[in-house]
Amino acid sequence: MRNTKRTQKIAFFFLFLATLLVVVPVGMIVVIIVQKGIPAINWQFLTDVPRQGMRSGGIFPAIIGTLYLVGGAIIFALPIGLLAAIYLSEYSKENFLSRIIKLAIVNLAGVPSVVYGLFGLALFVVFCKFGASILAGSLTLGIMILPIIITTSREALESVPYSFREVSLSLGASKWQTIRHIVLPNAIPGILTGTILGLGRAAGETAPILFTVAAFYLPRLPKSIFDQAMALPYHLYVISTQVPNVDEKIRYGTALVLLTLVLFMNLVAIIIRYKFRKKKKW
Amino acid sequence: MVNTTKFKINNLNIWFGAIHPLKEVNMQIFPNEILSIIGPSNSGKTTFLRMLNRLNELQDNFKMTGFVEYDKKDIRNIDVEFLRRKVGTVFALPLPLPLSIFENVAYGVRMYGGRNKKELELIVEEALKKAYIWEEVKDRLQESAFKLSGGQQQRLCIARTLAVEPDVILFDEPCSGLDPISTAKVEEAMLKLKQNYTIVLVTNNVKQAARVGDRTAFFLSGELIELDKTDKIFTAPADVRTDGYIRGKFG
Repeated sequence: MRNTKRTQKIAFFFLFLATLLVVVPVGMIVVIIVQKGIPAINWQFLTDVPRQGMRSGGIFPAIIGTLYLVGGAIIFALPIGLLAAIYLSEYSKENFLSRIIKLAIVNLAGVPSVVYGLFGLALFVVFCKFGASILAGSLTLGIMILPIIITTSREALESVPYSFREVSLSLGASKWQTIRHIVLPNAIPGILTGTILGLGRAAGETAPILFTVAAFYLPRLPKSIFDQAMALPYHLYVISTQVPNVDEKIRYGTALVLLTLVLFMNLVAIIIRYKFRKKKKW
Repeated sequence: MVNTTKFKINNLNIWFGAIHPLKEVNMQIFPNEILSIIGPSNSGKTTFLRMLNRLNELQDNFKMTGFVEYDKKDIRNIDVEFLRRKVGTVFALPLPLPLSIFENVAYGVRMYGGRNKKELELIVEEALKKAYIWEEVKDRLQESAFKLSGGQQQRLCIARTLAVEPDVILFDEPCSGLDPISTAKVEEAMLKLKQNYTIVLVTNNVKQAARVGDRTAFFLSGELIELDKTDKIFTAPADVRTDGYIRGKFG
């Protein structure tokens, strides 16, 4: 009896320790970035172009570039991903081929991002002749987050109880009406979760934009989707490793802006999701 | 009994993969009758019921031979959405859609469209009245259907089925999750509905079949053992297995 209790206590201790090990580094990263980055944040830093070889001035073009890229990636990946998820969960029959496709999509989510970068370079930059451009970068990021969006959307669709579909069909609704009016509305929170994950990943990745869009130094705003653009993750890499004598606070300031941007996007999606959950009636 | 036929079932066999839940069923269903179907679990009652509006074919591995005619037309040649509107189902568990009370009833009507708000409100009110639930919900139509009690939910499901103007209603053990009072209310609704509708009732409750059924069919292991007037089945069944089942010797 006493032995089981002691075992339980020890087990709890290790479980707690593991949780702590996860939380502490994350907390420290945030604290350090905020502490070192805050001094750099001012109006000029957020709205000015980089000056003096990126050693002073602001990061405005990189912020705008990242927003364009993330927006473009979502515009491309969300509709396609959602349609694919609807097909896989609602229409495709359960057989060997569909299982292989589902497995392949799950595995694609684990492909290193630099591979997507090379793929984007070959397909969009060279073959489609988009050149290094916002279009090519957005499409590359879009392809990278497609598996995330498909997998999470599919799970969200499949978690809508089967009985709802059967009831809807039994009332004479067509299959598409059932999906449109019963399945989709109830899957939206889950689909948004996938989109959040995709957004965060698209905003933070450096490798996929390295060959397809990112400009080393471009102190103006892009004029069209065929322009190159600066982007926060790549800019951070550049000022941290490629340009000597960049003030530490500028580097941490850039990191802080990127972090805030991603957290802000997540927050918006979480609020939307919360609103939908509250409307959920089961 | 009227000499027209609502459903005519000939040599019907159904398979799901290797499972063979219905074997060589022949039967007719007449307008404005309540046909009760009794039998132990796994005797094919529900499969039979789901055949009548083609819900079985939602499963990938469904296969059938023989034919089912509805109003003298093979159901495989009837537009499936039309058939399911004409032949409505009330499921075993109360299964409201995740919508308001009003929207639950309006849902089916909306799906084939062409109604304005006024007409829709009338249809919903009418359907709720026919299912004997209007008085209980008329002041809370915009509330979630999940806030209703189980018995109310089941009557809401009946109203939802009525709203699309069916002429056959299939009840699949509609009272299995309900208390005796709710059950009595659902049975009362059924008896009144038979004036305008044909009703097929699958039930695990032999007494319920005796109470409401005009005719009763007894299924065992996928075969139709006996089908006759309810009085006859319960007083002088022709088959010893029917006798054994209604006396509670097995099942």
